[in-house]
Amino acid sequence: MSYGCNAGGTHYVFADLRTLLARASPDRAGDRLAGLAAESGEERVAARMALADLPLARFLEDPLVPYETDEVTRLILDTHDRQAFAPIAAMTAGEFRDFLLSDEATGETLARIAPGIAPEMAAGVSKLMRNQDLIAVAKKISVVTRFRTTIGLPGRLCVRIQPNHPADDLAGIGASIIDGLMYGCGDACIGINPASDSAKQALALLERIEELRLRFEIPVQSCVLAHVTTTMQVMERGGPVDLVFQSIAGSEVANRAFGVNLALLDEAHSGVQALRRAPPGANLMYFETGQGAALSAQAHHGVDQQTVEARAYAVARRYAPLLVNTVVGFIGPEYLYDGKEIIRAGLEDHFCGKLMGLPMGADVCYTNHAEADQDDMDNLLTLLCIAGCNYIMGVPGADDIMLGYQSTSYHDALYARAVLGLRPAPEFEAWLKAFGIMDANSRVRPSPSGAARLLAAAPR
Amino acid sequence: MTLPPGDFWDYLRRATPARIALGRVGDGLPTRRVLEFELAHARARDAVKAKLDHETLMAELAEWRPILVRSEAHDRITFLQRPDLGRRLALDSSEKLAPGTYDATIVIADGLSAGAVQAQVGLLCKMLLAAQNFVFAPPVVALQARVALGDEIAARQGAALAVVLIGERPGLSSRDSVGAYITFDPKPGETKDAERNCVSNIGGHGLSLDEASRRILAIMALARTLRRTGTSLKEDEAVNQYLQSNMKKTIPFSRI
Repeated sequence: MSYGCNAGGTHYVFADLRTLLARASPDRAGDRLAGLAAESGEERVAARMALADLPLARFLEDPLVPYETDEVTRLILDTHDRQAFAPIAAMTAGEFRDFLLSDEATGETLARIAPGIAPEMAAGVSKLMRNQDLIAVAKKISVVTRFRTTIGLPGRLCVRIQPNHPADDLAGIGASIIDGLMYGCGDACIGINPASDSAKQALALLERIEELRLRFEIPVQSCVLAHVTTTMQVMERGGPVDLVFQSIAGSEVANRAFGVNLALLDEAHSGVQALRRAPPGANLMYFETGQGAALSAQAHHGVDQQTVEARAYAVARRYAPLLVNTVVGFIGPEYLYDGKEIIRAGLEDHFCGKLMGLPMGADVCYTNHAEADQDDMDNLLTLLCIAGCNYIMGVPGADDIMLGYQSTSYHDALYARAVLGLRPAPEFEAWLKAFGIMDANSRVRPSPSGAARLLAAAPR
Repeated sequence: MTLPPGDFWDYLRRATPARIALGRVGDGLPTRRVLEFELAHARARDAVKAKLDHETLMAELAEWRPILVRSEAHDRITFLQRPDLGRRLALDSSEKLAPGTYDATIVIADGLSAGAVQAQVGLLCKMLLAAQNFVFAPPVVALQARVALGDEIAARQGAALAVVLIGERPGLSSRDSVGAYITFDPKPGETKDAERNCVSNIGGHGLSLDEASRRILAIMALARTLRRTGTSLKEDEAVNQYLQSNMKKTIPFSRI
């Protein structure tokens, strides 16, 4: 069915729900590339006006991607929690925004309704929200996950050490890990993007971190961000797999481009549960997402890139993950052109994920062909940490020498914790103090005598 | 500018080119480290924005009578946001390409780093054109061009192989890399990336031009035998066969 709105004397008609959402979306390169963006500022606002009057329930009746041919749509509709949805079932998208900002919508309330929020509802309402709204609502929501550390507690900011090396060199990766620990990072995980996707390589890297972890009793979890099938091979070989990682997207075809489907992810999830390396009830999966992935695989089905991104969170939600992060500026200027578009997308993704009950972190990043720089990353990092982002990346000097892009650094993490009064995960904070890396005032100021024990792992 | 005392574990820097043990002022980076980063980023950005000096490049290749074309992306900003336009020839450019029967065409594309192309592709192109066992179409210099623009160029020239030499996305520590994409029987708008072979990281800190030209010619030779490129053509196999048969005289397949 079509949707219409009068704005400034012009009557706008939007052919279907996908078109309405796309035209209402804040302007960005990927939607322009796909030919989905509003053609004028007035059309965009007209679409938002029509969207504000749209009942939330319509998203359940009118799937954006056909139920019959897309397993992500089936997952969204078949697992939708009607009971959790009940308190907001009669609202329009505009009323939903007002509710989210109201005093009535406490963190506890929002956590209760999260299983009733379909990704299209989260994406839809986000299009009616300014950046400050996205921050204000996300800030109310805590999604806490656990393995050896507790991630997502209010007043805490965790960091993934991302110690990549172009040749997967063990000594080089080890040096970047030690550096990260000395800067108080690693409480989200130590997560390596391997240069080559092989089970043998992944096993060697995981064993190296395991040795370090056990020797110094560091409360961390490790991950090699190889393809899920590679990690399954490592598990079959008895490798020390803490977390199963996979990149995911918001449609069945887009996931196929990543070489995965729900059955495969189910199998990997069962596999890692059976290892029993974590305390009961721990979260064992790690997912990365990012706007533009579906379009670049020609698998967006005419859905705007922010909405199809939110659909990836429905995939993530199925597995109660420890970590989920958007890699918000990695994909390039064809999808997010400049700092403004990257910042907006990062805040949207964090908000939508949190609203749906996910432990959202963010890879605040950009490439050299995007119209962005360190100042833009400082802005997004600060905004996300105010919004209560669970974790960020820690890349030495912000320069990923393997993937060739810029993310946040160990120094950036110290900055964010200092200016916002945020602390590391409690278990990790205790370890930092015991190892003389953090001083009595909870500042990261490693003392040569205290930290000498850790440096023994990489002798001169 | 002096550097404040570094971290006491700075000896670890020997183990990795990563920016570790940078030192700290409070929680922040020392001034010199900030400026080093800014310099690397500025150079990478300049490389993306730079314009290819096509006149110099065309003069360098004059004896092969090169042809200059443009994509439908008329400027850099459009090029960066509209990859679809960078894959299509501008109308007035397609007329310049005369049909013939060739084994291969070499397309020099600015891609994401005109600087990298300027620095080394003229020489690399000459090394490839010197190969006696292929009949080459006149080389094409393409502005605001993506890899797939080579498909349309090869189709119009009647070349069985498209060899696109293109500036790669610059990193902070490697700005001068060129990639070579080799595609057999390219079909404009249809050929998928999985149907190409790529030799990446040419120049700068990566492959030497000698080594790169050897690999490209090896892939071209095997592609001619197999009548395909892509994931099922393994570069190692191509290089081995090439080394074994390098001395044999080959009949250009467009003549068969």
